[in-house]
Amino acid sequence: MPPLLDVQNLRVYYHTSHGPVKAVDGISFSIEARERYGLIGESGSGKSTIALSLMRMIKPPGRIESGHISLDGVNVLERSEEQMRQIRLAQIALVTQGAMNSLNPVIRIKIQIADGLRNHSVRMNGQALDDFIAGLLWRVGLRPEVANLYPHQLSGGMKQRVCIAIAVSLRPKLIIADEPTSALDVVVQRRVMETLRRVQEELGASVILIGHDMGLMAQFTDRVGVMYAGRLVEEGKVGDLFSKPQHPYTQLLMTSLPTLEEKGIFQLARGAPPSLLDLPTGCVFHPRCPYKMERCTIEEPILQTTWSGHQAACHLLDNGQVEAEAQEKRES
Amino acid sequence: MTALLRAQHVTKVFGGGLISRSKTAALKDFSLAISTEQPSIIGVVGESGSGKTTMARLLLGLESPTEGEVSYRGKDLRKLGRDEWLQFRRDVQAVFQDPFEVYNPFYRVDHVLEVPIAKFRLASSRREAQMLMEQVLQAVGLRPGETLGRYPHELSGGQRQRVMVARALLVKPKLIIADEPVSMIDASLRASVLDNLRKLNEDFGISLIYITHDLTTAYQISDNIIVLYRGSVAEAGDVRLVVKQPRHPYTQLLIGSIPLPDPDRPWTGETAPSEIGRQAKDGAGCLFAPRCPHAFEQCLEIAPPLYLTDSHRSAACYLFPEHAPLRAEEMDSVFIHA
Repeated sequence: MPPLLDVQNLRVYYHTSHGPVKAVDGISFSIEARERYGLIGESGSGKSTIALSLMRMIKPPGRIESGHISLDGVNVLERSEEQMRQIRLAQIALVTQGAMNSLNPVIRIKIQIADGLRNHSVRMNGQALDDFIAGLLWRVGLRPEVANLYPHQLSGGMKQRVCIAIAVSLRPKLIIADEPTSALDVVVQRRVMETLRRVQEELGASVILIGHDMGLMAQFTDRVGVMYAGRLVEEGKVGDLFSKPQHPYTQLLMTSLPTLEEKGIFQLARGAPPSLLDLPTGCVFHPRCPYKMERCTIEEPILQTTWSGHQAACHLLDNGQVEAEAQEKRES
Repeated sequence: MTALLRAQHVTKVFGGGLISRSKTAALKDFSLAISTEQPSIIGVVGESGSGKTTMARLLLGLESPTEGEVSYRGKDLRKLGRDEWLQFRRDVQAVFQDPFEVYNPFYRVDHVLEVPIAKFRLASSRREAQMLMEQVLQAVGLRPGETLGRYPHELSGGQRQRVMVARALLVKPKLIIADEPVSMIDASLRASVLDNLRKLNEDFGISLIYITHDLTTAYQISDNIIVLYRGSVAEAGDVRLVVKQPRHPYTQLLIGSIPLPDPDRPWTGETAPSEIGRQAKDGAGCLFAPRCPHAFEQCLEIAPPLYLTDSHRSAACYLFPEHAPLRAEEMDSVFIHA
């Protein structure tokens, strides 16, 4: 069976007066039905640009330069604007960090939910509509009375759940959650993420979770892709990737993470991500890489299968050096 | 011994005016003393609405307490004379959350450093001012050559926030109050700003009050921690004790809610409130009772005092009645000194 979402060689550039900013530069990945896939990266790594590309919501000066996106067998990049409008929300929905602030402050929640339905020609009135909305709210753990409230009467977590309710109102096949809980406290975050997971499982939808919180990725996803400077540098099952990270960048992400284990150990992240206007030659990560070799400054590595069964793009993998050196470093 | 900064039984109530009749106590009966003899890092954690920013604003004199007083070297902040106020501003510095908002986009970043130099007359010549700026930038790990002369948009969020730390450092303060200094910075750059703050404490003997909703970073840099819940102290003490063996049900909930970067250690579930907890009405009793799995009758009647559960930690919960209760002003007596 073909995957639900298949992205091949996607390139998205933002054209500025200084030249093209290569936000997404040749990324391929696919997602199975019912799968929870995570995209991890720092700001500027291109993860939100991917979300917008999948929705076909890239605005000038941004442009999808090349590539192929197919959702359930439909080539998204070849649809007309009107067809795309039909696909959004019905097939593929987006929940962002600021989604809760996109609710209209002077309109009751139920009208805002009904808007989405009406725009997709769902004819429902009176009691049927009220019941439908109550059902949606119940699904995200909110009381039916919430339908009659205004956004300011709700807490941040409740508003974000309303946005999830809107996102799933037409039973989409794919939900893109772009940092859906970054603005929320941990306790509320867990509730929102549990809500998202439950709804996703009930609908049988797939989810792409975008973010930089490694903890959230570990807790929520089945499979993870690590992005750096518009590229996918490592991808694999969440267990493999977290227990045996192969790319030096993934290792850096893991070690620079403050934990509740050992106290006062700061592994400082070396350097900063490169400018997307002026990318380094060879491997884009080489200026920050502790294992840099001459080859890394010349030749760009491609994703290859590692000994631990997942994919990573690093020249060191050619001779199984990464794990050995990381091991050495840990011991010293 | 006169403390550098002392809050005594501070309560701050918002609302209750003509427009909004409902009153909200953002902070209740809060006491804390910061001395100059034993510089330490105190973490203050809590969710939004817990009163942590109100606390910061009260300690900085940006807000006046409704009850109680905040005093600087023994004198009420509201009664400080002009010169004393200037001295207070030098000794107690602030670093705020948003490293974007504090900059005027039309001025070079030098401007934010030049203002305090002029204001506090820190340098007698341009050259001296330049040297001073270079010194503080180096102290926070920035290269002056790559920082000075730039516009704010040319620096990353982490760099901008480090310039703000450098700015606080200019006046050689005794205390820095940092309110969510890293929450708007990329995760991978947070460590560098936190490391800067910690070094200021170690190298210059500056005390730090680190306010955050992120328990993990608070654990990493603090010696002692205060957990606030809806304006009251839920638990306070040695950060290792509080994080490793949390006593208060709210602290337990907070710690259990942190997603661990290990797929094999799943989130622990949130426990439903007890039958009695569900009947709790807002206002009387323990504020956490409506969410507490252990709530019993006593919790609904009167708010619990802080109990000295360990020699270096106290928790405001009736689950620990066998321990001695502390008065609010004794909260920081449990703190460890590095």
